[in-house]
Amino acid sequence: MRLNPTVSRIYIENCGESFDCATTQNVLRGMECLGRKGIPVGCRGGGCGVCKVRVIRGHYRTEKMSRACVSAEQQQQGYALACRLYADEGDLHLQVLGQMQRALQPSDAAPAGPLEN
Amino acid sequence: MALTGVLRPGHVALRVLDLNAAVKHYTEVLGLFETARDSQGRVFLKAWDEADHHSVVLREADTAGMDYMGWRVDSGATLRELAGDLEKSGLATNMSWLAAGEHPATGERFRFTVPTGHVMELYAHKDILGCLNGYENPDPWPDGLHGMAPSRFDHCLLYGDDLDRTVKLFREVLGFGLAEQVVAGPEKMIIAAFLTCSNKPHDVAFIRQPMKNKFHHVSFLLDNWGEVLRAADIISKKRVSLDIGPTRHGLTRGQTIYFFDPSGNRNEVFAGGYIYYPDKPTITWTDDQLGPAIFYHDRKLNEAFLSVVT
Repeated sequence: MRLNPTVSRIYIENCGESFDCATTQNVLRGMECLGRKGIPVGCRGGGCGVCKVRVIRGHYRTEKMSRACVSAEQQQQGYALACRLYADEGDLHLQVLGQMQRALQPSDAAPAGPLEN
Repeated sequence: MALTGVLRPGHVALRVLDLNAAVKHYTEVLGLFETARDSQGRVFLKAWDEADHHSVVLREADTAGMDYMGWRVDSGATLRELAGDLEKSGLATNMSWLAAGEHPATGERFRFTVPTGHVMELYAHKDILGCLNGYENPDPWPDGLHGMAPSRFDHCLLYGDDLDRTVKLFREVLGFGLAEQVVAGPEKMIIAAFLTCSNKPHDVAFIRQPMKNKFHHVSFLLDNWGEVLRAADIISKKRVSLDIGPTRHGLTRGQTIYFFDPSGNRNEVFAGGYIYYPDKPTITWTDDQLGPAIFYHDRKLNEAFLSVVT
């Protein structure tokens, strides 16, 4: 049992990172405050989808997230944006799904030629 | 009148996840003024130095991003002429007329979709509410300003796939100039275009990217570098989500800071730049110099700035 019941331990399964996070603070902010890495940081407002995760295990609650990023069905399956995700009491195990997809690429890293309709 | 045709970006309509949080952000952090609400629940706002009734429209929705951007043209005759040109161009789709009054205090609007998937509108009339310091013997700025207090809505940066045909539409149909471009590879494919209908370095910019109709940022004008620094202070004081800055762009020379509204739509406030004239040669940046083109000081590509859109 934790000394402070308002703090949960967040485990990022992809990279083995873990950190404590107050249950009143969203998971992404908790990670950023401690200088930890593992979840990509985007808009921090539930709009861009860069910090998308799936909760593997644990109790949590979420705030409103863009439906362009998390569908209603996905939300029921545990998908969430870390910037809108709060742990309830106990540990939270996450899998990171979001990633940065850069638009402008220097040409030696460019994925493809001109895109035409 | 030397500046004719399309005069300026007149409004941007944004989707927000929480209307109350958005209104608080755009009025208290940014410092716009609410001018109207309509029966659909939309909120209309303007900056202190803008004459027209509104320049920002907020609508609560289940996604973030931009609904459309509106362009003020110089007359009703120009509105009809450009609508006809767009219909003939083969570059615009989903064209329709919206009746006067669909936006409060606004005349009829011609709506169309450009090849990158973004919805644009032309209109010739919006009621004048006037700036807050008046037009007779005015003080340089009014009392009662809040937050960053930009003087006007300035431009948007948008991401989409068919950059070539969108640039063609803005240049050849709407008469915009290409102030700056970023080109990639030996074939010099345009991957970013900074388009202007005025004396500004950009009134809208587009970046090539595989998805249609993505929104990178809406930008508002400040007076000077000191105000950009003060905006940074406000971002920290009000616990706003900071993206990057304060810093300097190579592209457009703007002194800038980027942050997010509570729904994740990116905002910019900036100062500086230069005067564009239609005979000014286009500035070209090559993709091997993208770092300083975007952020001139650290000369590095910034992952979040290039990747995060709504």
